[in-house]
Amino acid sequence: MTATLEVDPTTDIDPQILLGIYTIAAKIKMYDDTYISMLQTGKATGMYYSPRGQEIIPSAIAQVLTKEDYVLTIYRGIHDQIAKGVPLRELTAEFFGRVGGTCKGKGGPMHVTHPESGLIVTTGVVGSGLPIANGVALSAQMRGTDQVTVVNFGDGATNIGAFHEAMNLASVWNLPVVFVCQNNQYAEYTAFAQGTSAAQITDRAIGYSMRAFHVNGNNPVEMYEAARQAVDAARTGGGPTLIEADTYRFRGHTPQDPMEYMPKEERAAAEAADPVPALRRRLLEEGIATEEQLKDIEDAHRAEIDDAFAFAEASPQPDLSELHTDLV
Amino acid sequence: MTTQAQAPESTDDTPQERILSMVQAINEALDVGMTIDETVFELGEDIQDPAGGGFKIHKGLSTKFGLERVRPTPISEQAIMGAAVGAAIAGMRPVAEIMLMNFLAVASDQLINHAAKLRYMSGGQTKVPLVVRTTTGAGGGFGAQHSDMLEAQLTHTPGLKVVVPSTPADAKGLLLSSIFDDDPVVFVEMFMLYFTQKGHVPPGDYRVPLGKLRTAREGSDVTLVSWGRQVHDCIGVAEKLAGDGINAEVIDLRTLVPLDREGLLNAVAGTKRAVIVHEAVRRGGYGAELAATISEELFGELAGPVRRVGGAETPVPYARNLEAEYLPHAGRIEQAVRSLF
Ligand SMILES: Cc1ncc(C[n+]2csc(CCOP(=O)(O)OP(=O)(O)O)c2C)c(N)n1
Repeated sequence: MTATLEVDPTTDIDPQILLGIYTIAAKIKMYDDTYISMLQTGKATGMYYSPRGQEIIPSAIAQVLTKEDYVLTIYRGIHDQIAKGVPLRELTAEFFGRVGGTCKGKGGPMHVTHPESGLIVTTGVVGSGLPIANGVALSAQMRGTDQVTVVNFGDGATNIGAFHEAMNLASVWNLPVVFVCQNNQYAEYTAFAQGTSAAQITDRAIGYSMRAFHVNGNNPVEMYEAARQAVDAARTGGGPTLIEADTYRFRGHTPQDPMEYMPKEERAAAEAADPVPALRRRLLEEGIATEEQLKDIEDAHRAEIDDAFAFAEASPQPDLSELHTDLV
Repeated sequence: MTTQAQAPESTDDTPQERILSMVQAINEALDVGMTIDETVFELGEDIQDPAGGGFKIHKGLSTKFGLERVRPTPISEQAIMGAAVGAAIAGMRPVAEIMLMNFLAVASDQLINHAAKLRYMSGGQTKVPLVVRTTTGAGGGFGAQHSDMLEAQLTHTPGLKVVVPSTPADAKGLLLSSIFDDDPVVFVEMFMLYFTQKGHVPPGDYRVPLGKLRTAREGSDVTLVSWGRQVHDCIGVAEKLAGDGINAEVIDLRTLVPLDREGLLNAVAGTKRAVIVHEAVRRGGYGAELAATISEELFGELAGPVRRVGGAETPVPYARNLEAEYLPHAGRIEQAVRSLF
């Protein structure tokens, strides 16, 4: 099998899907901007790994997933969580460590779980979601449902043993799983080529006889097409796919990261190509939505985000008795 | 006197003598588990027929249930454990085999960081009903990387249940309880017991509850606390000491987590002396935890210090004589008991 398959960026796309992608991407961007400004003014605390710049990837994937499908993500996963439909109130409260959170404040930002939305695992251990995603997909396969499992991870994670074991097993068992590498070009402070021997992550799929798409993850059409084909294949018994979605992380690994390792010109170019405003311009240019329509969407997001932060702030810390619950 | 485990749930009213080995008893538990619940399935290396696993634990099962449910895997411990965790949180009851306990180290991220913690981190939303079966133990001449008893690493991790059976009946009854438990259970088998232990095993869906110890021998002068293979060593020592007028009680903890704390303290309160015997290295072993628990609760009542007998503080050596000396053998157990009188 040729591992790397082409996805045509000029494919026709239903305008309503483009609008759907923008709707989610705008919410993620606005949420992230709010979180960062609240961190800067001391109104928010806790761990926060910004996904700014990577919004298009999960927003496009969300167009082809159902509520019953599963998503796994990592510490840098708020975009994936929002796109899968985890309610903003509970999500924010979990980030704040409050009892109203998705996990009663006991998981925290790196361990968000919300089975009701299908966001089944968030892990803080790099690469460890992939083997678990196989098991989640195996469960669907054995129960005879058509649920698809999507697991997100970074480029750095592909250098961990678990990635390789999971790719091999998924291929051998023809599992309904989609491996989504959000290649934001950096693993913490380490540039892609400094830590990765492959020219592109999809080259690694060859060794596992796995279908693979290498796409511009910031291009909504390419990203949507890759997600559609991968999810369709998984849903209809066609087995796993690796998607390498090129993107760029606009902010530091953590909010405290001074980003010295990122060339200034590279950053400036990426920011100039910011995919969320670019999609907004496209919607207007192509007459898919009017300024008023977009404004309405954004105003609704604003209200939902403000409400979520207010809810989180008002939610108390868990009762101390919770220390000893939910254990064997 | 040796008392056999009797499950309260057992409804068999025409008991017939069915003498099975430990291997046959475990095989039967897996068979029953998969028969009564279709979400139960196995995964692991080389578990398919005709071999049916390195120790024949799975003999006949893939023929009966098919390769979908008795599912051979590549040599990928992280992938096995991860798949078990994922399947467990998404509606199945996987029984994963990690061929040898030492290889838990290879899969420990999935076990320690995920299986053990998902229920807690999710605020109770996520159940992880998985069993990890594994085998180990010194005495087989397998050397340092295939013989370790690592139960203390597991008991030190909140969120895992840890079971170590010592008889065929318990192996079956505890394994079925583990399969239908909603939490991750590490089920530790000692391969020195696989073929040497034979005994009556109740047929059908026989369960032994987790968290209830078994009195393997009643006695009034000292309590020997043990699990797994060492229960049998303790019984041997107790029989010998009986000739010298020391009447030793032997308790088999069966499950280390959950611990039958009350049963343990009652037993020691009755004899006022305790010797804890386990195969693992003594330093930092689970015996230290038990000794501390007994000392904290019964300090004023004890007739002497709580003694511990464990493996030598070395990796398991290969040479036969060294390996035998490594083990907490009868001589060392006897010496520890006599030091209390
Ligand atoms: C096994 C493991 N090793 C190291 C870390 C520390 N760490 C956290 S994030 C990170 C970088 C990961 O980069 P990548 O996989 O590319 O994901 P990104 O953050 O870029 O989305 C590192 C090294 C960890 N969490 N887990």
